[in-house]
Amino acid sequence: MASEAAVRRPGIEPRMVAWLFAALGVAALVVILAIAARTGAIGRGNLVYDVVVDPFVLMAQAPDLLVQTLWEGLVSGVLYALIALGFVLIFKASGVFNFAQGIMVVFAALTLVGLHEKGVPALVALVLAVGVMLVLAIAVERVVLRPLVNQPDIILFMATFGLTYFLIGLGELIFGGNPKQMIARQLYLPQGATDAAIFGGRVRFQHIDIAAAAIASLMIATLAVFFSKTRIGRALRAVADSHKAALSVGISLNQIWVIVWFTAGIVALVTGIMWGARSDVSFALQIIALKALPVLILGGFTSIPGAIVGGLIIGVGEKIGEFYWGPLLGGGIESWLAYMIALLFLLYRPQGLFGEKIIERV
Amino acid sequence: MFYREAGQFKTSYAADMAVFPLRQDRIGLAAIIAVAYAVAFTGSDFLLQAVLIPFLIFALAAIGLNLLTGYAGLLSLGTGAFMGVGAYACYKLTTAFPGVNFVVWVLVSGLFSAGIGVFFGLPSLRIKGFYLAVATLAAQFFLQWCFNRVPWLYNYNVSGAIDAPLRTLFGVPIVGPTATSQTRYLVVLTLVILLTWVASNLVHGRIGRMWMAIRDMDIAAELMGIKLLQSKLLAFAVSSYYCGVAGAMMVFFWYGGAEYNVFDINQSFIVLFMIIIGGLGSLIGSFFGAALIFMLPIALGIILPAILDPFGLSIGSDTIEHLRFIILGALIIFFLIVEPHGLARLWQIGKQKLRVWPFPY
Amino acid sequence: MSFMKLKLGAAAAVLIGASVLPAAAQDSIYVPLLTYRTGPFAGSGIPIADGMHDYLRMLNERDGGIGGVKIAIEECETGYDTKKGVECYESIKGKNPAVVNPYSTGITLQLIPKAAVDKIPMLSMAYGLSPSADGNIFPWIFNPPVTYWDGASVFIKHAAEKEGGLDKLKGKKIGLIHLDAPYGKEPIPLLEALAKDLGFELKLYPVTAQDMQNQGSLWLSIRRDRPDWLYLQGWGAMNPTAVKEAVKAGFPMNKMVGVWWAGGDDDARGGGAEAKGYKSLDFHAVGADFGVIKDIQKHVVDKGLSKFPKEKLGENLYNRGVYNSMLIAEAVRTAQQITGKKAVNGEDVRKGLEALNITEARLKELGMEGFAAPVKVSCEDHNGHHKVFVAEWDGTKWQKASDWIEPLKDKVRPLIEAGAKDYAEKNTGWPKRSESCAKQS
Repeated sequence: MASEAAVRRPGIEPRMVAWLFAALGVAALVVILAIAARTGAIGRGNLVYDVVVDPFVLMAQAPDLLVQTLWEGLVSGVLYALIALGFVLIFKASGVFNFAQGIMVVFAALTLVGLHEKGVPALVALVLAVGVMLVLAIAVERVVLRPLVNQPDIILFMATFGLTYFLIGLGELIFGGNPKQMIARQLYLPQGATDAAIFGGRVRFQHIDIAAAAIASLMIATLAVFFSKTRIGRALRAVADSHKAALSVGISLNQIWVIVWFTAGIVALVTGIMWGARSDVSFALQIIALKALPVLILGGFTSIPGAIVGGLIIGVGEKIGEFYWGPLLGGGIESWLAYMIALLFLLYRPQGLFGEKIIERV
Repeated sequence: MFYREAGQFKTSYAADMAVFPLRQDRIGLAAIIAVAYAVAFTGSDFLLQAVLIPFLIFALAAIGLNLLTGYAGLLSLGTGAFMGVGAYACYKLTTAFPGVNFVVWVLVSGLFSAGIGVFFGLPSLRIKGFYLAVATLAAQFFLQWCFNRVPWLYNYNVSGAIDAPLRTLFGVPIVGPTATSQTRYLVVLTLVILLTWVASNLVHGRIGRMWMAIRDMDIAAELMGIKLLQSKLLAFAVSSYYCGVAGAMMVFFWYGGAEYNVFDINQSFIVLFMIIIGGLGSLIGSFFGAALIFMLPIALGIILPAILDPFGLSIGSDTIEHLRFIILGALIIFFLIVEPHGLARLWQIGKQKLRVWPFPY
Repeated sequence: MSFMKLKLGAAAAVLIGASVLPAAAQDSIYVPLLTYRTGPFAGSGIPIADGMHDYLRMLNERDGGIGGVKIAIEECETGYDTKKGVECYESIKGKNPAVVNPYSTGITLQLIPKAAVDKIPMLSMAYGLSPSADGNIFPWIFNPPVTYWDGASVFIKHAAEKEGGLDKLKGKKIGLIHLDAPYGKEPIPLLEALAKDLGFELKLYPVTAQDMQNQGSLWLSIRRDRPDWLYLQGWGAMNPTAVKEAVKAGFPMNKMVGVWWAGGDDDARGGGAEAKGYKSLDFHAVGADFGVIKDIQKHVVDKGLSKFPKEKLGENLYNRGVYNSMLIAEAVRTAQQITGKKAVNGEDVRKGLEALNITEARLKELGMEGFAAPVKVSCEDHNGHHKVFVAEWDGTKWQKASDWIEPLKDKVRPLIEAGAKDYAEKNTGWPKRSESCAKQS
């Protein structure tokens, strides 16, 4: 009997019990609400019904619209993830939160379209646009990053603000302010749409959206391989860990920064092409880039898979929220829903799903 | 030679701890205030309406943001929305109670803004830095949506815009299309001087030091006994109050009306740029930043055509607009590289050099 | 320290320069153009700005101005932003402008109270506040040839015609996709009144300026609601995106009608070949085959004095700008006739606008035969509620697809007068009209 007391049996942990109770509670609530709705105790017009029950009823009534909404959300989520990817790249390697990523997307797309307008064939324009992003990366490293090398993060953040406005002015000056059409056809991007009969209704899949998802996945896979397998990728991770240590091992910080901004520039170009093919290229895209911030909050500032997962969650959450719960609040909640989701997330898990835990030292 | 302490003896502790210990500083300040009031009577309509009134209003908003970001270290991108809260609150108050003095309503509307600011500042206890900026972005977009989609806020106007009705002070119209720019300028100047004085006392006192301790290292501040919750929320409250008053003044004393997109994210960025260039953590920096950022486009619009006209080159209005952005962006980067502490630091260096003038050091 | 001196010197220079503004030369007529060539609305703003500028420039080059007095044209960039628009107005106010064209309903709403105080007439051609057509309450505001309420009523008439009669509209769903701005909300009161009268259901689909290019969710809602007809009250980047999304969502394009500001060539082109059938209202012709356009080409474009590409001459919005400038020029000419002065100021041009009477013969003289319909304004009616027609996009350009349609004046005019009275009541201290009625001499 003494041995029994000495051995502590692995039992059910308190946390698991808490989750179990929470799940049972939610299940009970769902059952109660379903019964209430079925018997007509609460109906349309009742606040509880409108918020908690009605949207799901609508989802079940028109499943093809649900699928369409989910698809739209996934696609926009992929595009947000692409923008967030550019942020993550630069943040991982240089610790700079590059607010100018959005305008880089617009600038890259405008360069491509502008070159094509001047008469350059599409694929050549693509190569030239990549070249322009390289020049931009070198210029940014030389003019902005090198002089600010030891400043606190907030100063670098503000410097990217300045870069944003500079690129806005420069872009408008060179290319003009009015929206332009992306040269999707010339770049051999698929056009048109496929209709699929799902759940008795019509769901439309735009070919360009499918292409966007495919290209984004390809790019993410490439980047993942790049970061883990190649020498430069490892050097980038080393710089992200500690600048001083990387310097002492012989890694040239300036080169790495140029490479990382160039990579972010290529990501920006791809993003710009995809976004521009869906809706025209204009400076309004730059504000859409702000949506990448909630994505980063959710996914973590330094994680590439986090950017994807965060992007998909935000994209789907936004669209579903706007379509089913939006009309209750008067519509248009898409403009702030993503930020609210991110805010709630921040309160419980500030480092995001995949980010590194923030440790503060005095 | 002129700017020395020699001969000025302090005979009380209060005099010793004064904000402006040198008599020359106090004389200079009085002179600036006197000139500011004199311009009301000598300045042209354009100068008052399009240059000085908005400069003062933006300076007040910049002081508000500076209190939060410069002194307390809490980055906020929701300035535009907080200004909007003040403006819409003032509109609702003055249309509901038209008999009450308008200046009272301007000052009261800031309280609504302070309340909303405290609400959106609650996350600052768990999150800091860029993450807090995202939280304030949530405030910005949500409040902007409210200005648009909550019809009660704009009294169910079909157009969705609010406009400034006729209001008088001592019988003289100060709000509305018949209010002259002189009267409006005088009211704005008085309010701004008053609120700057309050802000100066705040930052030079115990509360300001609390905020600066939090800015420097909040964990250490907490260990020292500073209550983080109260101080951070107070920072949000005071900052939003200033922004709210600035917003109300902007709509009623300057534009004469507003839509929901007057208080968009760009407004937040502009005020942020003002305090970056002017100098974080400095009241006079707010004024410098507001002056530079606001007057730069106007100056460009006047100087550029003046330079190019003799050569027969005409510059389109859109090109001027683009150049504004380019120069603004380049200026921000330039200032951050050359002087991260902004124009206020340059001013400080200038005063230091003046103290030892004509000697070099 | 020298940097400080530089800064102080620059500040002083600006202050001095700002306080002494150059006054407009006495022997010219100052016409400020509040245009936007930047920003998300530039796609619509650029052709209009060029059209307005080119017509006035042509008058200067060909005729030496109006009545022998040159026109001083100055553009102020507003970016369709109300703030910047008001700032532009403040900066041009002191230069003795003949007339102000805010080119944005939002800016117009802000400037309406100031027009009477500053004594500067405002020409908000076919935009602005619809009730400002009531000349008794708004003596300084003019919005010929047609208001948004007239336009919306023509849309309803056209839809009714296609459905088989006004009574057939009962029970149908009509959607209004509009910019979430004063401009977009303008037709709502009239459409709501007509919905009550005729029994159709009005659904509103607002689009904020930030989300103009991101209308995915909106069109999902439209798919869910399945309206029978759609009226597009959009501007700038919102229009091509709306047309593109309509095509993507499979909405029948011939049931989608845009207001005259949603009828730009780039707007319809955004939908590509499938946008064929998209309609818009219009009050002037499209194309470069008119004497006035040819004159502009000869005197302005060919001489390199225009920023507009030659191939695009005759596009819908370009011609719109030309039409607008024609109204300005005719108002100035009428003002010169009435007052006998050559260099007319704001008060004179107000009289000119109020006595505006452009006849068919005068249009022929201007080289605008077939380009536009006659315009007549009176003291009580600052608009005229003239006819519009429906144009249809055939895949490459706009074609006139209907006769001139009369708006439902008996429904619109009472609402306008009620709206104007309401405006005056809400704005305490609104001045009673004191200006005498101007008649053409």
